[in-house]
Amino acid sequence: MPQGLIFNVQRFSLHDGPGVRSTVFLKGCPLHCTWCHNPESQSPRPEFVRLVHRCMRCGRCGEEELANPVVTGRDDADVELCPTGALQAVGRTVTPEALVAELLHDRIFFDESGGGVTFSGGEPLMQAAFATECLRRLDAEGVHTALDTCGFARWQDLADAAAHADLVLFDLKLMDDARHRAATGVSNDRILENLRTLARSHSHIWIRVPVIPGVNDDAPNLDATAAFVAELPGVRRVELLPYHATGEPKFARVGLAYALPDTTPPDRARLEHLAAHFRDRGLTTTLGGHP
Amino acid sequence: MTPRTARLRHDSLDAVPSISGERARLTTAFYREHLGRHSTPVLRAMNFYALCDQKTLWMGEGELIVGERGPAPKAVPTYPELTCHSAEDLRILDTRPKTSYKVAPEVVAEYERDIIPYWRGRSLRDQMFAQLPAEWHDAYAAGCFTEFMEQRAPGHTVGDGKLYRKGMLDFKADIARADAALDFARDPEALDKREQLRAMAIACDAVIRFAGRHADLAERAARASDDPDRRQELEAIAAVCRHVPAHAPRTFHEALQAYWFCHLAVITELNGWDAFSPGHLDQHLWPFYQQGLADGTLTRESARELIECFFIKFNNHTSPPKVGVTAAESGTYTDFANINLAGLLRDGSDGSNAVTHLLLDVIDDMHLLQPSSNMQVSRKTPDHVLKHGLTVIRNGYGFPSLFNADAVVEEQLRQGKTPEDAREGGCSGCVEVGAFGKEAYILTGYFNLMKMLELALHDGFDARTGTYVGARTGDPAGFTTFDELFAAFETQVRHGLDVKIRGNQLIERLFATRMPHTFLSVITDDCIARGKDYNAGGARYNNTFIQAVGIGSLTDSLSALKELVYDKAEWPLARLVEALDADFTGNAPLKQRLLHKTHKYGNDDEQADALMRRSFQMLFEAIDGRPNTKGGAYRLEMLPTTSHVYFGEVCLASADGRGEGQPVSEGISPVQGADRHGPTAVLRSAAKMDHIKTGGTLLNMKFSPDLLAGDSGIDHLQSLVRSYFKMDGHHMQFNVVTAATLREAMAHPAAHRDLIVRVAGYSDYFCDLSEALQEEIIRRTEHASF
Repeated sequence: MPQGLIFNVQRFSLHDGPGVRSTVFLKGCPLHCTWCHNPESQSPRPEFVRLVHRCMRCGRCGEEELANPVVTGRDDADVELCPTGALQAVGRTVTPEALVAELLHDRIFFDESGGGVTFSGGEPLMQAAFATECLRRLDAEGVHTALDTCGFARWQDLADAAAHADLVLFDLKLMDDARHRAATGVSNDRILENLRTLARSHSHIWIRVPVIPGVNDDAPNLDATAAFVAELPGVRRVELLPYHATGEPKFARVGLAYALPDTTPPDRARLEHLAAHFRDRGLTTTLGGHP
Repeated sequence: MTPRTARLRHDSLDAVPSISGERARLTTAFYREHLGRHSTPVLRAMNFYALCDQKTLWMGEGELIVGERGPAPKAVPTYPELTCHSAEDLRILDTRPKTSYKVAPEVVAEYERDIIPYWRGRSLRDQMFAQLPAEWHDAYAAGCFTEFMEQRAPGHTVGDGKLYRKGMLDFKADIARADAALDFARDPEALDKREQLRAMAIACDAVIRFAGRHADLAERAARASDDPDRRQELEAIAAVCRHVPAHAPRTFHEALQAYWFCHLAVITELNGWDAFSPGHLDQHLWPFYQQGLADGTLTRESARELIECFFIKFNNHTSPPKVGVTAAESGTYTDFANINLAGLLRDGSDGSNAVTHLLLDVIDDMHLLQPSSNMQVSRKTPDHVLKHGLTVIRNGYGFPSLFNADAVVEEQLRQGKTPEDAREGGCSGCVEVGAFGKEAYILTGYFNLMKMLELALHDGFDARTGTYVGARTGDPAGFTTFDELFAAFETQVRHGLDVKIRGNQLIERLFATRMPHTFLSVITDDCIARGKDYNAGGARYNNTFIQAVGIGSLTDSLSALKELVYDKAEWPLARLVEALDADFTGNAPLKQRLLHKTHKYGNDDEQADALMRRSFQMLFEAIDGRPNTKGGAYRLEMLPTTSHVYFGEVCLASADGRGEGQPVSEGISPVQGADRHGPTAVLRSAAKMDHIKTGGTLLNMKFSPDLLAGDSGIDHLQSLVRSYFKMDGHHMQFNVVTAATLREAMAHPAAHRDLIVRVAGYSDYFCDLSEALQEEIIRRTEHASF
């Protein structure tokens, strides 16, 4: 059975599909978006982080080590012994069986709210066999499933996973390939092709557009996005997700640099304004994850 | 609000609580003259009549619903026959920084001159304390438990529909029939019953007299009024007071006034806990509302104004002042009157109606401390009704709290009630379940679970008072397995309960024989039929409750002890106990580890939750079914009011990482901040308790306002509520306010005087709470949006 590396299960997750959900965050992502709010999700390997504000200086870690924002030379045993929980492992290995059993704890809330489970990340399709197996098991249990993907994956992996997903949350960042490469590190060719193909066979797709001021919130990009999406038969909804800065402090902890210049999150009025690009083409468009 | 009710509300909020000496004066004079001339019930009823006949009346400008317990709003009478305040008590009440009561120097002088000399040694509290054994006093001083009845009478009950279907003259006819049926040839208690029935008849006359005096006063005021509108209102008030409560109410206005006179009667005769409550007010008012709209005598607006006037009456009634430990366990102005909304009808169908919505609008608009309100949410309660309630909750005053009406019925069926009586029941006080109008469901005190564990770790010795107050369970170093430790804990629990209940039985009999509640007996089935008092087992059902406090702290402590001492064998128990006794001095990493790295209740973590269930089941078996003195049984409840702060103060540091003197967990909520996996995990953990075996559990949750924004916020909250109730959860309540706002209010109380927060089963002004309680509320985990 394929094992998975996940870094969080967020219960009572309200913004990754309908109803009350549990969102599983898988580790590893082929993209390296400058605005990423889960930079600890990018590496496909387990990592360790230290939340320095929680550290009590118990003496297990030296001052020199504490001064280094990146944790090195520590393992799971050290995490176990850290009294305050400042030293944490990012990433735990689970089997589909164990993870699904854990997720089913909240089944009563899923049933009552029309919610379910969302696989996100990172990019869940970096661990396609694991993600697909979990989706299959949940689907068989009658739980509503969602796959949150950046679309940068082998078509067959996406097709297999999507076959067990009641809903696909598909991220679109930039339509211009050069700009997409600059902001995410990869070309969007495969992403757009995968979406085009998926939208022919899957009838419940929500397009998610992160709105990053100065990166992709210009009219030409949004208009091109809307034009592209409006032609896709399986798309039910567009969600505009406003940039937020919660990821920034996490970059240094995993040894990454935060390259996005100082950016102010867009306010609601701005989002409403941008939503017009989509609504004008008859697309149901929601803001900030709220219907 | 109308201009009238806005002004009355303003006056009510502005009124400063004060102590009135009038009741003490009248009662003392009455006892001086009459003690020894009558049987106890008749003496009590006559004293009640004298109060109704002589007390100073109040009729405020613009009021539509009339009647005050004291001579003016928030002027609170005292009950020296129960608890005679000392001059020192009165001075403390006058000057303490939180929940103070103004006490005029004349009142202190009168107390010193007349009241104290007569009642010292005669008051029930003095008699009680003289008779309670040393073991009780030691355990009480150590903070093993509190005692509800040491300064207030048993009450904890609620009116049912008969108050709206019958007048006092109808009750008198019932009393006469019961009296005529007495069989002196075969019933050895016939004389006692006759005295009790005579007393009840006097109590009926007393309330009629009280209402009649208000009618007289309204008529005089009408004659003197220059304002034709007000004159008409006063004439209407007079007509209402002539009719009710002597006769059954005929109109919406009469229905509210009839209840209010009954309410005042209950709280004037004795100072029972939780005052008195109207129960299913929406259901009771519904026929009057429909009829008024149909015959044109009422509009939605005029009904609403009457309800607003009615609500202000509750808010005028500050709780009788408590002193000592009881003030610490229940340090609040609120008197716990609580209105039930929605719920079920007698036949099991949905009980919500248009008045439910009307009441919710009033609650939302007035946000008064009293009356509290709660919604009884059944499977049958329509979503739009629940959502209306949730919308009011979102505005952040903690009202209404939510109860699982189906579980409330099931809990009562387990106690042997009929389905109809159970459905007509509901919740009152904080979260307590009872059959309204048919049950004496008496809370007797909070029980300190963390002290019991502390005693198990110290061979029964209480370090703070330097006394062996527990059972001698042996040196904890000798507990070689977790089961042995748990067995010692169970022994301490059972011993503590034995001490508590031995005291309770004595106190119950003192109230039964010396302090009958004659008016409450009139309106509680089957006191008349049985010729027995409410306080002596006259009610159809008689459950006595003990409220266990600190299950979250207890679970986390047991979980840590099991892991560190037994499963991992890293800490010998003796060394761990030493570290706790030293409040972690020199052991800071241990404290951090206990706070952050052990399995904790509230996270849907079976390792911790299994210990919660085991402890709960043990407690249940130790309490449930023990006989009380009234033909009923003891039951378990899980609620704290504010006792979790007091209980924490008297406890050493504990194995959940809690520092010495810090509050323990409240209700069945997780330890403040220990829940890390969001609200669904909290609800899953809490639902692993078998709520149906209790008489009420209390779960607090705190949400940030953004989580509940918009229609989707209400939908999410509704799905949490419905899910928890599907799992048989009993109750939940919400604070919708940010920690930042609370911190700001602590720093600048003057700017936040109106900030109301949910404390335990009630809401209170945040700035009136003790600092320890304010901190405790801030530490409760705030569930934010993800």
